[in-house]
Amino acid sequence: MAEDTLFSEVLDPANRADPYPIYARLRENPVAPQRDGSVVVSSHAAIRSLIFDPRLSSEDLPPSHRPRTGNPLKDWLLNPIKDRIATAHRPLIFRDPPDHDTLRHAVMRAFSVARVEALRQRIVRDVDALIDACVGRDEVCLVEDLSYPLPVSVICDLLGVPEADEPRFQAWATQLATALEPDARHDEASRHRTVAAFDAISGYMRALIREKRRRPTADMLSALAAPGPDGKAVMGDFDLISTAILLLVAGHETTVNLITNGMLTLLRHPQELERLRADPERAPRVIEELLRYEPPVHFRTRKALGAIAVAGRIIPKGAPVILLFAAANRDPARFDDPDRFDPDREDNQHFGFGGGLHYCMGAPLARIEAEIALVALCRRLVAPGLMADPPPYRPGASLRGPERLGIRISGIAPG
Amino acid sequence: MSAAEAGIVVVGASLAGLRGAEALRRHGYAGRLTLVGDEPHRPYDRPPLSKHVLSGELAPDATVLPERAALDAQWRLGHAAVALDRDAKAIRLADGSVLAYERLLIATGAQARPWPAASGGALAGIFTLRGRDDAARLRTALAGGPARVLIVGAGLIGCEAASCCRDLGLPVTLVDPNPTPLARSLGTWVGGVIADCLRDAGVTFHAGAQVLRFAGDASGRVARAHLADGGAVEADLVIVALGATRATDWLSGAGLMADAGGVTCDGACRVLGADGTPCPDIYAAGDVARWPNPLYGGRLMSVEHWGNAVAQAAHAARNMLAPSEDQQAYHHLPAFWSSQFGINIKAVGLSAGAGADAVAIVQGSRASRRFLAVYGRAGRSIAAVSFDQARWLPAYAEAVAAGQPFPPIRDASDQGGFLAMAPGFPPPRAAPTPIEAHHG
Ligand SMILES: Cc1cc2nc3c(=O)[nH]c(=O)nc-3n(C[C@H](O)[C@H](O)[C@H](O)COP(=O)(O)OP(=O)(O)OC[C@H]3O[C@@H](n4cnc5c(N)ncnc54)[C@H](O)[C@@H]3O)c2cc1C
Ligand code: HEM
Repeated sequence: MAEDTLFSEVLDPANRADPYPIYARLRENPVAPQRDGSVVVSSHAAIRSLIFDPRLSSEDLPPSHRPRTGNPLKDWLLNPIKDRIATAHRPLIFRDPPDHDTLRHAVMRAFSVARVEALRQRIVRDVDALIDACVGRDEVCLVEDLSYPLPVSVICDLLGVPEADEPRFQAWATQLATALEPDARHDEASRHRTVAAFDAISGYMRALIREKRRRPTADMLSALAAPGPDGKAVMGDFDLISTAILLLVAGHETTVNLITNGMLTLLRHPQELERLRADPERAPRVIEELLRYEPPVHFRTRKALGAIAVAGRIIPKGAPVILLFAAANRDPARFDDPDRFDPDREDNQHFGFGGGLHYCMGAPLARIEAEIALVALCRRLVAPGLMADPPPYRPGASLRGPERLGIRISGIAPG
Repeated sequence: MSAAEAGIVVVGASLAGLRGAEALRRHGYAGRLTLVGDEPHRPYDRPPLSKHVLSGELAPDATVLPERAALDAQWRLGHAAVALDRDAKAIRLADGSVLAYERLLIATGAQARPWPAASGGALAGIFTLRGRDDAARLRTALAGGPARVLIVGAGLIGCEAASCCRDLGLPVTLVDPNPTPLARSLGTWVGGVIADCLRDAGVTFHAGAQVLRFAGDASGRVARAHLADGGAVEADLVIVALGATRATDWLSGAGLMADAGGVTCDGACRVLGADGTPCPDIYAAGDVARWPNPLYGGRLMSVEHWGNAVAQAAHAARNMLAPSEDQQAYHHLPAFWSSQFGINIKAVGLSAGAGADAVAIVQGSRASRRFLAVYGRAGRSIAAVSFDQARWLPAYAEAVAAGQPFPPIRDASDQGGFLAMAPGFPPPRAAPTPIEAHHG
C-alpha cells in the first residue's frame, strides 16, 4: 500500500491486534503527509519537539472523516459528544492556552498527590472484592470482571459520587465511551442513547455540584466547587460539569486498557509474570514498560495553526496532525531493542501518558490502579493461561484494547 | 614536588570549580586534584540565596551543591589564593603556603560591588548579597523586623530581594536610575511588568533615582539615604544590589589579561597572557571568564549566570585534558532564570548585549503577566523571555540559536495581535566594551 495511505491501515480493524509493523513503516518517514491532508508524526524526536510547539492546537479539531449528511440535526446526532461539547463547554483536553492552563491549574490543585494516595486502600479493597467474586470459576473474563468496573468506581469515590449512584455512572461511562469509537460500530439508536447519557450525566452533575456547595465533603468535586481564596468560583458550573465528565471518560477506557493489556502482555511473557508475582516491588517498572510497549492511547490529533518545520519537513498550516505516540514508543532511535518487553530498561521516556501541556492529569492515579490490579492478579490467579491469543479487540484504533480477555485458571488464591 | 605530581589545581570552590572538577574526573583524569576556596564552606548554590533563603523557607546551609561523583580531591577551604607565579607554576595562599600546579583552572567568580566607605558604606545595617554568610546575616537582620528596607539597584537580585522582603511583610523602598526594574537585562517594556508587580506588592519604587550617600544615627547605624534629586529615603536596613566585579585581584602581577571585568581567554577557555598568547596550562570558567563566543561573531563576552558556569567549566575541563591540537571552542547561548513576585522568569539569548531593537509578545499577554516575548535585531530573533511560560522556551531557544526571522513563531494558539515595540534598554554605561550578561 502507498505511503500516503499507511494511516488508513492503522485505522483498519483487521490490523488492531498488531499495528506495530505498520508503525515501523510509518517511522521510515516520521512526518508523513497522508492523502487526506493529515500529517502523521511517528518518531520520538519529532513528537518531542511538537508537543512543545505553541502552534499545535487541541481546540480547533478537524472535522471527523465521516462525510457530512447535510442535515445539521443528523450530523449532531451522528457525532453527539464532540458537537455537544463544542456548543456547550469543551473540556480542557480540547482547549488551548490560556484557558486550558487556567482550568488545568484549578484541577491540579484539587487533584493532589495526597488525594490520590488516599485512594490506595480502597483500590486494594475493590480489587480484592472483584477477584473474590470469581472464586469457584475456572475462567476469568478480565475486562468485565475487573478492568471495566474498577476505574469508574474509583473516579466516583474521587469525585464524591455517592456509592448508591455508582451503577448509573457505570452505565453512563460505558455509553459515553462508545462515542469515542468509530461510528461504523453503532447505530442510530446507540447514538441516541449516547446523547441521552450525556444529558443525564450533565443533569446529575449539576445537581451534585449544587449539593456539594451546600454541604461540602472531603472529595474533589467539593474542592473544585468551593470558592477560591478571593471568594470567587474557581470554575464556572459548565466547566465544572465538563471537567467531571472528562475525568470520568478520560480515566475510564484508558485504565481498562492498561490493566487488560498488562495482563495480556504478562501472560505472553510468563517469566515476567512470575517475577512480578515473586516481587511486587517490580510493579512500577512493569507499568512503565507497559505504557511504552502496549500503551492504552495510541495517538491523539491536533491541528497546525501555522506551518511548522520538523524533522526536515514542513507541516502545512491548517493540517490535522496525528501524534502517533505508540509508534514513538517503539522508535529504535530512542529505545534499544524497542520491540522487546523489558521492565528492566533504564531511561524509559515513553509517551504513554502523552506529553507537553496536555500530559495526563490522572497518571499518578492510573499507575496506582494498574499496580494494585496487576499485582493482585499475578498473586491470586492460579496457573493462569490465555484462552485466545490474540484476543478480540474493540474497534478503536486510538483507545486500543481487547474487547474480552478470557483467562483460564485452576483456582483463586486468598487475598 | 614535580609539576606532574602537583596535578590539577582549581581555584574557586563554587559552582564552576566543583562542576569543572567533576568533569575532569568524568573525562578520566586520575591524577592529583586540589580545590582551593576562600570560603570555609563546601560548594553551595547561590540562586536560592536571594529567593528561598531570604524569605526564610530554606536555611542558608541547605544550599550545598550535590557532589555528583566521588571526587577524590584535596580541599583547601578557607584559604584565598593571593598570587600566581606562572614561571614557578605555583600559587600562593593567604596563609603563606605555596601550591604547585601542573594545570590550573581559574573559577574565582565574582564579588558583590560594595558601597564605598567614603559615602557611608561602612555604616551598620548595610548589606550586600553574594555568599551564604551574607545571606545568613541579612536573613537575621530581616527577621529582626527593620522599620524600612531600602534596596539599591533593581536588577535581578534587587528585585528578588524586594519580593522576599514583601513576603516577610516588611516595608520596602527600591531605587534604580532607570525608568523600570530589570531595565538592563530585559528592557523597560518588559521591565514595566515587574514595575506593576512591585506596585501591587506594595513596594515603593523610585525610578530614575540615584543614591548619593548614606547617613547614620549616633550609634553608627544607617538611618537614611540621600538621593541625587535632593530627596532622602529613611531606612534602617539597606541592601546594596549593584552587580558584581570579577574576583581577579589575586591575579594582578601574574602577567595575564585580567581586570575587574574578568580574565580574558581564547575560544577554548585558555587564559591569555598579557601579550595575547594563550597559556597552555591555565584555563578559566564561570563568572570570572571572558571569552570570544563564536555564536556572537567571536565578540568577547562574560556571562554571570548559573548555566554558563556549569557548561563552561565542563568545557574547560574537557580541553584541559585534550592535546593542544584538539582544543574545542566554547559556544554558549546565554540563559538565566529568576523568580520574583510569584513569577517564574526564564530567558535565553542576549538582548541588550546584542543590540536588540524590537520586542514583541508572541504568546499570552502582558496584562496577564503570563507571556513569551521575543527580542529582535534587524529582523532576526536574538533572545526570548518567558513569564510563567517556560514550557515553550525551548522552541524559541532553537529559533534564536538558528537566527530565525523576527518573530520566529506566529500562529501560536494563544497569540494575540503581533506588535513590535521598542525594548527600552538604557544606554550602555561606557564605551562599547565586552558584552556582559549579569545576574546583578
Ligand atoms: C544571590 C544570587 C542569586 C543568583 N541567582 C541566579 C539565578 O536565579 N539564575 C542564574 O542563572 N544565575 C543566578 N546567579 C548567578 C550564579 O549564581 C553565578 O553565575 C554562579 O554562582 C557562578 O559560579 P562561579 O563558580 O563562576 O562563581 P562563584 O559562584 O562566584 O564562585 C567563585 C568562588 O571562588 C571563590 N574565590 C574568589 N576569589 C578567590 C581566591 N582568590 N581564592 C580562592 N577562592 C576565591 C569565591 O569565594 C567563590 O566561592 C545568582 C547569583 C547570586 C549571587
Ligand atoms: C492508564 C491510564 C491512562 C492513560 C494511558 C492516559 C493517557 C492520557 C493521554 C495520552 C493524555 C494526553 C491527551 C492529549 O495529549 O491530547 C491524557 C490526558 C488526560 N488524562 Fe489521562 N490517561 C489515563 C488515565 C487517566 C485517569 C485515571 C484520569 C483522571 C482521573 C485521566 C485524566 C486525564 C485528563 C484530565 C487529561 C487531559 C489533560 C489536559 O488536557 O491538560 N487520565 N491521558
